[in-house]
Amino acid sequence: MKKRTKILASLILAAAFLTVLILIDNSPLKSSMLSTCLQKGAIYALVAVSMNLLNGFTGLFSLGQAGFMLIGAYTYGILTIPVAARASVYQYFEGGIVQFAIPVIPAIIIAGVLAACFAALIGLPVLKLKSDYLAIATLGFAEILRALIQWQQIAPLTNGSNMLRAFPTYNSILFPFIISAICIAMIVLLIRSSYGRAFKAIREDEIAAEAMGVNLFKHKMMSFVISSFFAGVGGALLAMFQASVQAKGFTSAMTYEILLIVVIGGIGSITGSIIASFLFVCCMEWWLRFLDQVQYLGGVKLPLMRTGFRMVVFSVIIMIIVLFWRKGIMGNKEFSWDAIGKFFRDPFGLVSRKNKKGEGITNE
Amino acid sequence: MNNYVQLLLSGIAVGSLYALIAIGYTMVYGILRLINFAHGDMFMISGFFLIYIAAVPHMPIWLALIITILLTVLLGFMIERCAYKPLRSAPRMSVMISAIGVSYLLQNFATYFTGGLAQAYPPIPWISNEIEIFGVTTKLITIVTPILTIVLVLALVALIKFTKIGMAMRAVSKDFETSQLMGIKINSVISMTFIIGSFLAAIGSIMYFSYYEQVSPTIGAMPGLKSFVAAVFGGIGSIPGAVIGAYIIGICENLIKSYPAIADLSNAFTFILLIVILICKPNGLFGEKLSEKV
Repeated sequence: MKKRTKILASLILAAAFLTVLILIDNSPLKSSMLSTCLQKGAIYALVAVSMNLLNGFTGLFSLGQAGFMLIGAYTYGILTIPVAARASVYQYFEGGIVQFAIPVIPAIIIAGVLAACFAALIGLPVLKLKSDYLAIATLGFAEILRALIQWQQIAPLTNGSNMLRAFPTYNSILFPFIISAICIAMIVLLIRSSYGRAFKAIREDEIAAEAMGVNLFKHKMMSFVISSFFAGVGGALLAMFQASVQAKGFTSAMTYEILLIVVIGGIGSITGSIIASFLFVCCMEWWLRFLDQVQYLGGVKLPLMRTGFRMVVFSVIIMIIVLFWRKGIMGNKEFSWDAIGKFFRDPFGLVSRKNKKGEGITNE
Repeated sequence: MNNYVQLLLSGIAVGSLYALIAIGYTMVYGILRLINFAHGDMFMISGFFLIYIAAVPHMPIWLALIITILLTVLLGFMIERCAYKPLRSAPRMSVMISAIGVSYLLQNFATYFTGGLAQAYPPIPWISNEIEIFGVTTKLITIVTPILTIVLVLALVALIKFTKIGMAMRAVSKDFETSQLMGIKINSVISMTFIIGSFLAAIGSIMYFSYYEQVSPTIGAMPGLKSFVAAVFGGIGSIPGAVIGAYIIGICENLIKSYPAIADLSNAFTFILLIVILICKPNGLFGEKLSEKV
């Protein structure tokens, strides 16, 4: 395919997607399951891509994503709750100590920046550790942050273990899509830059990369801080989506979910992470929902179907993917029109396999 | 004074429980270099096993305990066979992700099976009795747990030092491939490791839930992580290290819980300890030094 056709095809796809979103936004579908899944999918896509930057492209196995999302969500909440609503939100702490509110967009950026600052602090000691130790130390830090935010001594700031709510949320479902798209585009540009190539060099072989003149600590720190920035932005978006935040929701299980999205999509594939996060959210919240209700097939009550069965089936599917389809949806490749074209000409390599068998010559 | 004795006693009891779980982590890590994230959830499932088995009519409690331990061991064995063995030649990260997947599955399964609510643990006669020691009243279990833990640890150390399978375990943890060439059946050694780890987790679960008296589907994650921290603290791969690390964490945690101003931070303390030890002494207290090969 020519380059021009490809760009055109991409533009058409993007325009079609945007039209669908606008249509959903202006129709009764706006409050349907479809729209909920799309919004949550967009937010998870951003967080999954930010985790992929770290785990897939830099080879740092970090499990701290939920902690940085927590920082982002709380920063956003604390900074944007309208002054008039503070007395009721911080009802146990006389309205809290923050007595101002800032607009939405600056608050989202500050949420990211604060998450990045924490990452820089945490990164100093942690990034020198090797794979498993790094995983467990970042997981530990996420737990520390969760405990700190619920600490009674700083409750006038964070509202302790009570919920933060009444902050501004978005009206149009396009909002999370636009923010996610901008952030993901920035990550893609970063990965394509010379920094991105340094990250990949570190992933492939730390020692070889160091020998080639890549400053290991600087680049690892950079990847960690940038990934946390976007996780913080993702956290702020999640807070807007849920319309309330509470620290106890940001457990290590959340990090695991994001990690599983990255794995399903393919470690080291941005488009894989995006596709996987929509699939993951849709399966979890929507498509498998029927498993939670008692079902009848031809008048016979099907066994096993009751609340919670959905998650069991879902986790079994995930285990099957992890065990038998380790490369995930995309492997480490990206979405490309060439691959699509090739698929239609030669689905699953059937044609070339047939030729090989029949005539003994390779079809190149 | 009495207050401190009380704190120390419960700290030692909790520390012993962490020790039992930590051994499972440290042995698996020593051999497979895998953080078995599912270990904490296995501990939770073992708690539910006893609840459901003890609820069977006319079931004597000793039989229920034995069945619980057997089922937990079987579960540990099955997890290794189904989720880790197929990935033996895969990168280490894949196995770790598989462990996270198993943990997710076990938690979701427990939520489904139990309806997601916390359930009361059946009282086990004798060890749930109250006794008085050093002027404080406590459950007998606070005394039984450390003694049982020490006995089990000594037995385990003897097993590793003096038996053939123990020697095989030491060999495999030193060098996976060479020991395979020397004719050690890797798979049976790894299975044995998981069986021992699950056995100790089952004992730990019986003690832990007799002490805290209820089980819920997500309860395994925290003790699991803390025990892992204990294993890292003591030097991963070292059994005495894991035990000492577990006692330090158990006692410190209980002391922190007694000061209301910082009581909320007792979980955070464990992880702060982890970070500090990883920075100051990355191999832990008794860990062997690993040299890095290019």
